[in-house]
Amino acid sequence: MHSVSVHAENLTKRFGETLALDNISFDVGKGELFGFIGPDGAGKTTLFRILTTLLLTDTGSCTVEGFDVVKNYKNIRNICGYMPGKFSLYQDLTVEENLNFFATIFGTTIRENYDLIKDIYQQIEPFKTRKAGKLSGGMKQKLALSCALIHKPDVLFLDEPTTGVDAVSRLEFWEMLKRLKSVGITILVSTPYMDEASLCDRVALMQDGRIMSISTPREVTGNYPLNLLSVKAGDIYNLLGELRDYPGVYSVYAFGQSAHVAFRDGDIDKGNLSEFLIKKNHTSVEITAIKANIEDCFMELMNVPSPAPL
Amino acid sequence: MKTILYIIQKEFLQVFRNKSMLPIIFVVPIVQLIILVNAATFEMKHIRISVVDLDLSGTSRRLTSKFQGSPFYQVSHTAFSYKEAEEEMKKGNVDMILQIPAGFEKKLIKESHAKVQFVINAINGQTAGLTNAYSTMILLDFNRDVVVENINSAMVAGLKNIQTDYSYWYNPKLNYKTYMVPGILVLLVTIISLLLSGMNIVREKEIGTIEQINVTPIKKIQFIAGKLIPFWIIALFELAFGLAISKLLFNIPMEGNLGLIFMAASVYIFVILSFGLLISTITNTQQQAMLVSFFFMVVFILMSGLFTSVESMPQWAQTLDRLNPLMYFMKIMRMVLLKGSGFADISHLFWSLVIYAAIIISVAIRRYRKVA
Repeated sequence: MHSVSVHAENLTKRFGETLALDNISFDVGKGELFGFIGPDGAGKTTLFRILTTLLLTDTGSCTVEGFDVVKNYKNIRNICGYMPGKFSLYQDLTVEENLNFFATIFGTTIRENYDLIKDIYQQIEPFKTRKAGKLSGGMKQKLALSCALIHKPDVLFLDEPTTGVDAVSRLEFWEMLKRLKSVGITILVSTPYMDEASLCDRVALMQDGRIMSISTPREVTGNYPLNLLSVKAGDIYNLLGELRDYPGVYSVYAFGQSAHVAFRDGDIDKGNLSEFLIKKNHTSVEITAIKANIEDCFMELMNVPSPAPL
Repeated sequence: MKTILYIIQKEFLQVFRNKSMLPIIFVVPIVQLIILVNAATFEMKHIRISVVDLDLSGTSRRLTSKFQGSPFYQVSHTAFSYKEAEEEMKKGNVDMILQIPAGFEKKLIKESHAKVQFVINAINGQTAGLTNAYSTMILLDFNRDVVVENINSAMVAGLKNIQTDYSYWYNPKLNYKTYMVPGILVLLVTIISLLLSGMNIVREKEIGTIEQINVTPIKKIQFIAGKLIPFWIIALFELAFGLAISKLLFNIPMEGNLGLIFMAASVYIFVILSFGLLISTITNTQQQAMLVSFFFMVVFILMSGLFTSVESMPQWAQTLDRLNPLMYFMKIMRMVLLKGSGFADISHLFWSLVIYAAIIISVAIRRYRKVA
């Protein structure tokens, strides 16, 4: 991470009244797998469109591999691979024709860079005469990735590549990304799935157009300032409400079948809480102390009031 | 250059893979030519008349049979009172009433002039005008017959001193089809170029592929050229195809140089394609593009001189019509095909189209750059 691949400084973008990006700055090192994690509407796609020269910022500047996105946009287009969130290849062309088309307009051929896409493309090669529109979601995504890689880009931008893809294909996809990273390609990926964050080298947690924190997944969870209890009980609905009223509780969120209770050190005693819940007629109460995952951290960050405007 | 060729190749691949495309290219021209040329005619046949003959004399019957004998008229009703005939007109069963008053024959012989009455349904003013003109002609013809019969031949010789003779130029038989076919061909080429080009680029926007194209090093100019050239070729082919059909089916005259036609057509199609490109930059979906194109097309077509002559429009409309590319090409087509005009005759129209093309493509490209 000695040299910088993507550098952004004070990016702000406004669409009418909406502030899509609010003073965003970050650096991504060469060969890094960098994740942008945040809910829908956090500004991830806007950021990616600016980085891939599709959109101009209102203020701020950014460079990709040393090229300015405004002044040297032509250079950037030669070294970037972009996979938009929405499948945007020609649905009425076959798999092979799509790949051929993108290879040609980048001035290369499939054969020249076959090594790079081999692992991915081989999985869809049996369907190469099928029209892209007739592929399944997972296969479309593999084709889109192949097309984004066909010119051997230095930087790869993947905008929500795993949205709408099944769990197995998602895992496979991240495996592919790791392999690409090992070839030295810088990868910027955005996703609304918190569990994917731990697969990145570093993650930026985004919310409402702001980056709330940038650190390695380990740091993110390591810096979690609170203690956590996972509470399970029969009646999860009432449980959430009652936990919120319990003295010393900082926050309560439902995580699947259990509730995560955050509190400051020493504020809550496990035994006391258990007694309290049993008194409230909860059955099969299970309380375990747990370590925070990315999602807990994200929830905690969202709770922090935004800094007052200057 | 290689990139452009490849985009063109891709575009053709997509065009011919589109199932509705081949019928549009081959069936639409045939159907348009056959149906429109035969149906959209100003020639009036079978004008239904109701005759109210109150005279019931030999002369009045001869007048009636004069109408009956004309291919334009069809005596579909005879009435004994004007009221009855009027009733028929109200029902929409007749287009015209011919009333011959009582004493028509007597008056004609005694006072050598008599009156008849035409009542014409004028909902369509143009038809009514023509009906009146035809009817007057028949009446004049009838007059002459009567005069010949009743007056001695010496006087007839005197009457014949002034005689009008007609000679219709460029379309001697006044064949309506000859006039319509070149116009319909213009229409055909316009529709194909405008709709297909505009919609095609918007489609890339709609599907999102333009996003993917924009991050590639491909130049805007290359992309636009790659988009327009295939449709330019298709539209020129369409014109050739249409001309072949019109020659085979309608045997329309081709007096002028076909090369000249295609030279003008290549500029004209370029204008229309650029127009489509411009529309595609101001719309986001194919539906919007379709509606906007449709709006312009209707105005352009109605003002193109296809049905009504441009020269008879009010002055302001004629001035406005200078913005109508269809008008130029419509004139060129008719002049070259029917009149056999050479380049010198159409040069002012041709250069107008060239200037038009230059202006509109630069506007379209500037706009396209800004948007994408």
